[in-house]
Amino acid sequence: MNLMMLLEMARSGFGDRVGLVSGDVRLRYADLFAMAGAAAQELAGSGAKHLAFLDVASPALPVSLFASAWAGLPFAPLSYRLTGDELDALLERLAPAYLVTDAERAEALAGGAVAAARGCDAFLEAARAGGAAGEWSMDPDAIAVLLFTSGTTGAPKAAVLRHQHLVSYILGSVEFGAAGEDEAALVSVPPYHIAGIAAVLSSVYAGRRIVQLASFDAEAWIALARSEQVTNAFVVPTMLARIVDALEASADSSLPSLRALAYGGGKMPQAVIERAMLLLPETSFTNAYGLTETSSTIAVLTPEDHRASASGDDPGLRRRLVSVGRPLPGVELEIRDEDGKPVGPGERGEIHVRGEQVSGEYLGRGSALLADGWFPTRDAGSLDDEGYLFLQGRIDDVIVRGGENLSPGEIEDVLLEHPDVADCAVVGIPDEQWGEAVAAVVVPRTGAARDADALRGWVQEHLRSSRTPERVVFRDELPYGETGKLLRRRVREELAGDA
Amino acid sequence: MPQIKPGTRLRSAVCASEVMVVAAPKESVELSCGGAPMCELSAEPAAGASLDPAAAGGTQLGKRYVNERGDLELLCTKPGEGSLACAGTAMTIKGAKPLPSSD
Repeated sequence: MNLMMLLEMARSGFGDRVGLVSGDVRLRYADLFAMAGAAAQELAGSGAKHLAFLDVASPALPVSLFASAWAGLPFAPLSYRLTGDELDALLERLAPAYLVTDAERAEALAGGAVAAARGCDAFLEAARAGGAAGEWSMDPDAIAVLLFTSGTTGAPKAAVLRHQHLVSYILGSVEFGAAGEDEAALVSVPPYHIAGIAAVLSSVYAGRRIVQLASFDAEAWIALARSEQVTNAFVVPTMLARIVDALEASADSSLPSLRALAYGGGKMPQAVIERAMLLLPETSFTNAYGLTETSSTIAVLTPEDHRASASGDDPGLRRRLVSVGRPLPGVELEIRDEDGKPVGPGERGEIHVRGEQVSGEYLGRGSALLADGWFPTRDAGSLDDEGYLFLQGRIDDVIVRGGENLSPGEIEDVLLEHPDVADCAVVGIPDEQWGEAVAAVVVPRTGAARDADALRGWVQEHLRSSRTPERVVFRDELPYGETGKLLRRRVREELAGDA
Repeated sequence: MPQIKPGTRLRSAVCASEVMVVAAPKESVELSCGGAPMCELSAEPAAGASLDPAAAGGTQLGKRYVNERGDLELLCTKPGEGSLACAGTAMTIKGAKPLPSSD
């Protein structure tokens, strides 16, 4: 198996169709295939062992991703936000690397661990000039993609995704050529995020034109969605919140061509998704849950689930709007307790997942899969009696107070229902008496009271008293990563700093 | 028939059809397309074989074909005039369960 097979099929099935729009550049699937071949030939002759991609999304992203697959080199997208030292350390691990980056960095970073460096424009120009590589390997165990995940401690881990994992994911979740010729997917997640890689592969296999937005901005996203008549898009929660704000503030809040909007990558606040559904009643919403180590999506809350949840007054159904849905066919999901035993509906534990798309492997550290093939995700969650999955934060974020395990998410959900609370984060802080105590960092709504006792009383009223925050502090905003993940470590550090 | 495993690419000896093995049983299987045994992509098909009119239903690009037992799955990577059979029984198109696009 090889990712190239997906592009080859797209070229055979609909090669003359435009597959990529990026600024003024429009490339057909046949063009992408030819350019990947030329670039693969160049890669094969470079002596490099990895391709490192260090830039925002551009046509160089799909061309270098497929060229890597063709030439048999792992594709390693790196964050363009890393500092010089962090970047040098990663490039060292990929040595000798073929680096595709911006023109300035291509010059600055050449040499050392970098066997060859090309600016994206020069890389594309050379690929357009043509050339042809030989056959690609069909070894399913060959490494397709290395994604560096931001560990909370120590050096970043490189998640290993082999061709079999990514190809299994695509074959299991996308019907070949299912997209109509008018369909276009707006991709605004960065290339070093699993969703940025999955978007390229899914869109190519479905025959859905990719419309790239190099760096996210709500107004630019809305303008591009309209000008390119975008039908599908994937966003992280912070992006959706900004799009909703911008749409609400504008005279025309409609996105008439947008049929389907998928979201994931972090916890979606219920208020944001409800506002989005009201603003865009014709759009189908899908919540996608997945991890880098699982080749992207493993569970979806479908458009039908969203509609059922929004139409009913049934509190159980309404609650489903904050669930991440049910597993994809071909993916098994189980919640296990600390002893590794499966728990019943409604009970909290660690989410375990198994399937052909699940890698669970880190470079140089081996496989994190259990002997029975299950991957412990370190995500906490529970299943309801119909198999809908509810996320409850990371296992490592659990607060252990006096021997009792408390879920920050449960307390945050209650706080968020208070009318004075716009956003909040609950973390454990060191405590002499209890080991850990509960601290809540609250962002009040504009003009709302900053009444810590009222909020403590609110939690006590709705949950057991052990869950009542010992400390409540107010802030103007919370630290979020660029893909919408709350940075709990920074919240804890900040609290420790001013204790 | 060579031992096949996931990732193996095969071609028809009598038409343009090409497939990739997605799932395969451990024991060897007898695979044909257009009535003639399939061969590895790199192999040169034996001359003289011709399309059996009784096995000319055709293959469709991007469709997945499964055998009766459900342990063999092929992905059509190039369409052709012949139809696929495993141990003499026609393989069928695996029904696609429509999923919402999630990325």
